[in-house]
Amino acid sequence: MNKRTSETLWISFFIAPALIIVCVIIILPLFMSLFNSLFLWDQLIRQNFVGFQNFKKIFFTEPYHTRFANAMGNNLRWLVLTMIVQNVGGLFIGYFLSRRIWGHEFYKRIIFIPVLFSIVAVSFLWSLYLRPNGLVNAFLKLIGLPQFMRPWLGDESIATYSIIFVNIWRWIGFPSLVFLAAIDNVPMDCLEAACLDGASDTRVFFKVILPLIVPSIVIITVLTIIGSLNVFEQIYTMAGLDGSPNFSTDTIGTLFYRTAFGSVDSGKPEIGIGSAIGVIIYLLTFVVSLISIVTLGKKEVEL
Amino acid sequence: MKKARWFLILTIGIFLVFPLAAQRTELSFWTWRTEDVEKYEKLLQSFEKQNPGITVKVTGIKNTEYNTVLSAALSGGSGPDVFMSRSYGGLETFAQSGFMESLEKWVPELKNFDKVAMKGAISVKDGKIYGVPFATQTLFVFYNKKIYKELGLKVPETWDEFLANCAVAKKAGYQALANGGKDGWYLEVMMGAICPNFYGSNDFFDAVVAGKTTFQDSRFVSAINRLKELTPYMPDMYMGVSYTDMQSAFINETAAQFIGGSFEAGYFSSQNPQLEFDIFPGPTVKKGEPHYVSVYADGNFSMNATSKHKEAAAKLLRFFAGKETGEFFIHDLQQVSTVPGVDTSASPYISKVLALQKYSTPYIFLVGFRYNQPTGSTLIQSALQGFMAGKIDAAEVCRQVQEGIATYYEPFRKK
Repeated sequence: MNKRTSETLWISFFIAPALIIVCVIIILPLFMSLFNSLFLWDQLIRQNFVGFQNFKKIFFTEPYHTRFANAMGNNLRWLVLTMIVQNVGGLFIGYFLSRRIWGHEFYKRIIFIPVLFSIVAVSFLWSLYLRPNGLVNAFLKLIGLPQFMRPWLGDESIATYSIIFVNIWRWIGFPSLVFLAAIDNVPMDCLEAACLDGASDTRVFFKVILPLIVPSIVIITVLTIIGSLNVFEQIYTMAGLDGSPNFSTDTIGTLFYRTAFGSVDSGKPEIGIGSAIGVIIYLLTFVVSLISIVTLGKKEVEL
Repeated sequence: MKKARWFLILTIGIFLVFPLAAQRTELSFWTWRTEDVEKYEKLLQSFEKQNPGITVKVTGIKNTEYNTVLSAALSGGSGPDVFMSRSYGGLETFAQSGFMESLEKWVPELKNFDKVAMKGAISVKDGKIYGVPFATQTLFVFYNKKIYKELGLKVPETWDEFLANCAVAKKAGYQALANGGKDGWYLEVMMGAICPNFYGSNDFFDAVVAGKTTFQDSRFVSAINRLKELTPYMPDMYMGVSYTDMQSAFINETAAQFIGGSFEAGYFSSQNPQLEFDIFPGPTVKKGEPHYVSVYADGNFSMNATSKHKEAAAKLLRFFAGKETGEFFIHDLQQVSTVPGVDTSASPYISKVLALQKYSTPYIFLVGFRYNQPTGSTLIQSALQGFMAGKIDAAEVCRQVQEGIATYYEPFRKK
């Protein structure tokens, strides 16, 4: 055996376990769901091949069409609000922490702590706080604003926003820390040069710092897109599988689960349609992430 | 030499293991009542004593994940021998996927069971029996006896008396009703307890199932409208009040009444043994009319069609269809057992529920319309949430339900 072959063998030997796990747990189910989505299902048994019928149903037939559009709309809300509030907020927090404001070490830890909490525990606690007689309403009453008291998770018009807010509260520490690290890595000489040229703080931020941290912005954006399309646990724990009240918190994640497995109180699973929704989620995540990587990547600046 | 020694050890090993394996059969039994696993184990000790050589291993799986876990196990061929199964549409899924053994020849006791209860265990597609029904549930109103006595209230018969009671309780500072709207399924329960007396119970049920009328029938629309009259007596910001909030309000005696199902009683008394409660059926328009209550079969015990121990599993199912299990349900679980001929006199609550069942009507969406998606239950639950929050009116609720069901329900499509 020559050196080259033995090297290849060793490398394959080390890669194989991880590769097998990825194939069995990620790639195989992906193709299985693609395969399943092309068939008609009767209860839990696969029937005839129907091509893209299931997909057609989701896009054009009632009631699938309404439910899917409604869920997609909510995913879009998640994406837009998370982008604007969480990521922009995180960018500013990261910036101020990097300016070494008073007590920044303390804030850094405080802001990051919720990221470490279990998603289910956070959702459960916040659903207690957001009850009609929970902490949030009690606080509003205390500070003399009882007119703003709401059934936060029970009102169709605000339930989704309440859940998004809780998730932002939980996760804002993550972009903050990523941006802080990125800003700290901006070379001192660039900043010094800008200062010597008489640039104001705002100008330095927008013209020097921002272009130099584009790689982090790309990563955070892609993660936000993936996260917003896949959101499930928060809804499941705070509003239930049915996207209650009246489907106002439904996302494609909960819609997928409900359709594929059927919820406890409502019966018949539709595995074909569920798999088709799963495939759509996958394609959307893939395509949108790809677009954002390509377009944002062009804005990257090299020193 | 070495080989011979190995051979000897192997033979002795086989002889030691085989006789044991031949005598013992271990059955696996799955339930979604994780809180009752210990009670079941106690019950099954008696079964094991009566059937030497058979042991039963009880596994509890969380209610909300039960269907998913069970279907994965059954399609993978590793399912339990005997398992709890849901009724009606939930039974259909497993029965028509070929995972359930039909029980006519295995459990002859089923002939004596009540027809209403059996309906939840029979597949609508092939008419075969796939389960031993274990309990029925009834929907009605719970009231706190102490609060009623303190306020000098009488059990209401008519709708107006009911609303008057609510007003008195509210004025006295109690939550007149514990019910909230955050969990859609409980709004359906509320509908099931209140509406049958207004939509014409069985007449309407039979007509709508046959497609002779629709959910947009004025009787049904006006019945839904009645629910709106209860909102002044529901808790503040009731749309945010969840199922657990409701239960704790009634258990802590801050709420005078609780519109709910017979399945609550066990939990109420275990959480607050001092709580004195009683029940009354949904009120009617006029005095002297029969009070109808919605009734449904809760679930069944079913046999895995691919079980390796069918004989033993049948023995277990026959035990589940017997009086000992019936008594266990009434005394240990406070559930209305479906086993015929069980003495209920020891439990006044169960006797009362059975008395209410004299005028029973099927729990409409569960019994009639949970066989396809979108199920009637999904539709009514979300529409009622919109209705109770004041976003849509009763006519719109009925339109959404009707059109949703009409996408697949043949009798509605001919119209």
